[in-house]
Amino acid sequence: MALSRKRKRGALIVGGLGILGVAAGLVLYALSDTITFFYTPSDVVEKNVEPGTRMRLGGLVADGSVIRGQGEEVGFTVTDTDREIKVSYIGILPDLFREGQGVIAEGVLEPGGNFKADTVLAKHDENYMPREVADALKAKGVWKDGQPVPQGGAVQ
Amino acid sequence: MIPEIGQFALILAFATALYQFAVPLYGAWRGDQRLMAVAPPAAMLQVCLIALAFGCLTWSYITSDFSVENVFMNSHSDKPLIYKISGVWGNHEGSMVLWVLILAIFGSAVAMFGGNLPPSLKARVIAVQGSISVAFLLFILLTSNPFNRLDPAPIEGRGLNPILQDPALAIHPPMLYAGYVGLSIAFSFAVAALIEGKVDAAWARWVRPWTLAAWMFLTVGIALGSWWAYYELGWGGWWFWDPVENASFMPWLIAAALLHSAIVVEKRNALKVWTILLAILAFSLSLLGTFLVRSGVLTSVHSFAVDPARGVFVLGILCVFIGGALTLYAWRAPVIKSSGLFAPISREGALVVNNLILTASCAAVFIGTLYPLALEAVTGEKISVGPPYFNLTFGPLILPLLLLVPLGPLLSWKRADIWAATQRLWVAAAIAIVFAIAAAAWQSRGPWLAPVGVALGVWIVAGAVYELLSRSNLRKAGAAVAWARIKGMPGATWGMLLAHAGVGVMVIGIVAITAWKQEVVTVLKPGDAMQIGGRIVTFTGESPVTGPNYSAERGNFRITASSGATADVWSEKRVFKPSNQPTTEVGIQPYLDGDVYVVIGDRAGDTGRTVRAYFHPLVWMIWLGAALMFMGGLASIADRRYRVGAPKKSSAAAVQPAE
Repeated sequence: MALSRKRKRGALIVGGLGILGVAAGLVLYALSDTITFFYTPSDVVEKNVEPGTRMRLGGLVADGSVIRGQGEEVGFTVTDTDREIKVSYIGILPDLFREGQGVIAEGVLEPGGNFKADTVLAKHDENYMPREVADALKAKGVWKDGQPVPQGGAVQ
Repeated sequence: MIPEIGQFALILAFATALYQFAVPLYGAWRGDQRLMAVAPPAAMLQVCLIALAFGCLTWSYITSDFSVENVFMNSHSDKPLIYKISGVWGNHEGSMVLWVLILAIFGSAVAMFGGNLPPSLKARVIAVQGSISVAFLLFILLTSNPFNRLDPAPIEGRGLNPILQDPALAIHPPMLYAGYVGLSIAFSFAVAALIEGKVDAAWARWVRPWTLAAWMFLTVGIALGSWWAYYELGWGGWWFWDPVENASFMPWLIAAALLHSAIVVEKRNALKVWTILLAILAFSLSLLGTFLVRSGVLTSVHSFAVDPARGVFVLGILCVFIGGALTLYAWRAPVIKSSGLFAPISREGALVVNNLILTASCAAVFIGTLYPLALEAVTGEKISVGPPYFNLTFGPLILPLLLLVPLGPLLSWKRADIWAATQRLWVAAAIAIVFAIAAAAWQSRGPWLAPVGVALGVWIVAGAVYELLSRSNLRKAGAAVAWARIKGMPGATWGMLLAHAGVGVMVIGIVAITAWKQEVVTVLKPGDAMQIGGRIVTFTGESPVTGPNYSAERGNFRITASSGATADVWSEKRVFKPSNQPTTEVGIQPYLDGDVYVVIGDRAGDTGRTVRAYFHPLVWMIWLGAALMFMGGLASIADRRYRVGAPKKSSAAAVQPAE
């Protein structure tokens, strides 16, 4: 009985370790393959991001840069006040997308240096600054906590 | 005056919680009946005080008392009454008061209904529950006071974020919180059992219904949040693997594992130590969820403006409770003895596999949610882990579990014959294959895996139906006997069948929407039409609309089905008054084979509009699946065996001194 008890427990442990092993393998593989990096326009230049890389581009929507109303495609420029990148996007921009406000676009950098976004991230809160964008702007000294968004974006 | 009463009630509640924590714990240690007996009244007093504070805050919202800073920041006198009330928990401070209110309600429920518990266990459970209250009431009083006053009082408030002004979102947070906080009962029972050094069937009979209740609330809360995201955010998605969604999904997974392992403790007197660990983990993940949502350390589509100081405080609470419970676990768990033996192929074995897979998939979600945080802390690099990661890890991990769902209940306790059980399911397998072929014929496009996914869902549903029919013995005994048997089936069995069927239905919905979703973005002028989901959507024109606290541009659409039947839907771009914040309302026309979903976009040219339309096949099955799981929980919780209390043998054992 004692032996059989040990063997039963052994089977459970082997099964458990097996499932954990599969899980660990999947997690490691997925982490090496599916994550997307966040870059500001300056990062894209400084870190020589290869065209074709899937990434998140963050910064402010440059004033006067939004081109709408020409079919389904929308164009705008993302700036970190140092450098800028032109973004094209097919679809409907989120409600809180505004010139002068923070934005995160997810998509692919094209060979010409333009960015083709397939997702433009919205936030629930109009005073909210995407955290990566806020950090990047703070690092540049353009914006501090509690301040209204630069270029008069904040409402109220 | 009213806000001051609320403030005072909160402080008194804090003092009561401190008393509720310390005195019964000491009493249980000394074996002093009188000291243990103070636990229930203290818990009742605490819930009354917090309810009073919550009532005062709600009153300030209803009467639009803008001298209260919290009301000024989050309300507006023009708002409809229901959103004035839901505004109470539509912000950080108020939602924390709701959190402790639910915590105190659960604690007082143990005080009220815990008559059949051994006195020392009851005292300890209520004391641990009190300690959680202490931490969170202190958090509210020190960092998030909802009753701060403004002088002079502003004339008008700033309004509730309009995206939150929605019926589903009015009840989503209370449901989710009831789920999060409900798991505190399992946690308190686990910690109390570790202190006692004893776990028996009576313990499991207590933990299981409470976990069930928490799990049901989580199910409804998550489903409501998902439904809201589906129709409100206008992206046509129902689940984004967003950190805040994951924060509620992780406790759900562990609670589901706990529900299953508690059965083994109750019926077979085994897996005790593991079950206690799950109970600790489930509430730890709830606390982690609270931390992730409240601290803003993660970038999420759901995040609101946050204050880092609060995050540090919640992190402190997190460390004390999780660290403390796990230390206690490491120290005391070896004392707890299990006696039930079972072969790997058995009902117990199947439930162990269920637990392993659920925890492993929860671990995968956990890593994906927290990895960006860890990487940024170590290397400073900013990354996001999105749906591809979760699809690649969670998907393959959960797949074998889904495959095994119909098999588990057919295995017998202790030792089972897996081939006999498999053979009994050939009808379910045949039905699943038929549906796979039908699905492939219905949607010729899409990935080849999709019909297989549909088959998997049908397999689970058919397995549940087969189980029902075989338990009724319909084939041999005739309809009358079968009906009597079905009526006499225990609630727990009904619960299992409904919840499992719900999983299957939801799998079908998820597969269908993932594989066969259609999307069209195009510019339409009034009178123009587009085709989607086998139907024609015509843009019939725009009209201006004025609501109670917003004005809107409404796009009208007519959907014509192939049968010629028409339906009118509209989609609005709203601008809310106090803040000029825009939102979009989508137009949804549900059909049996899926939803036609229309979103109006920006102006294009003189009269045109960008319009985005989706066809979401079988999306209703996702909500139906969640509803079935909820009903399963309800049936199981109504099982009278949980109300008659512990079996004789265990109550006799409980009379023996605990120390």
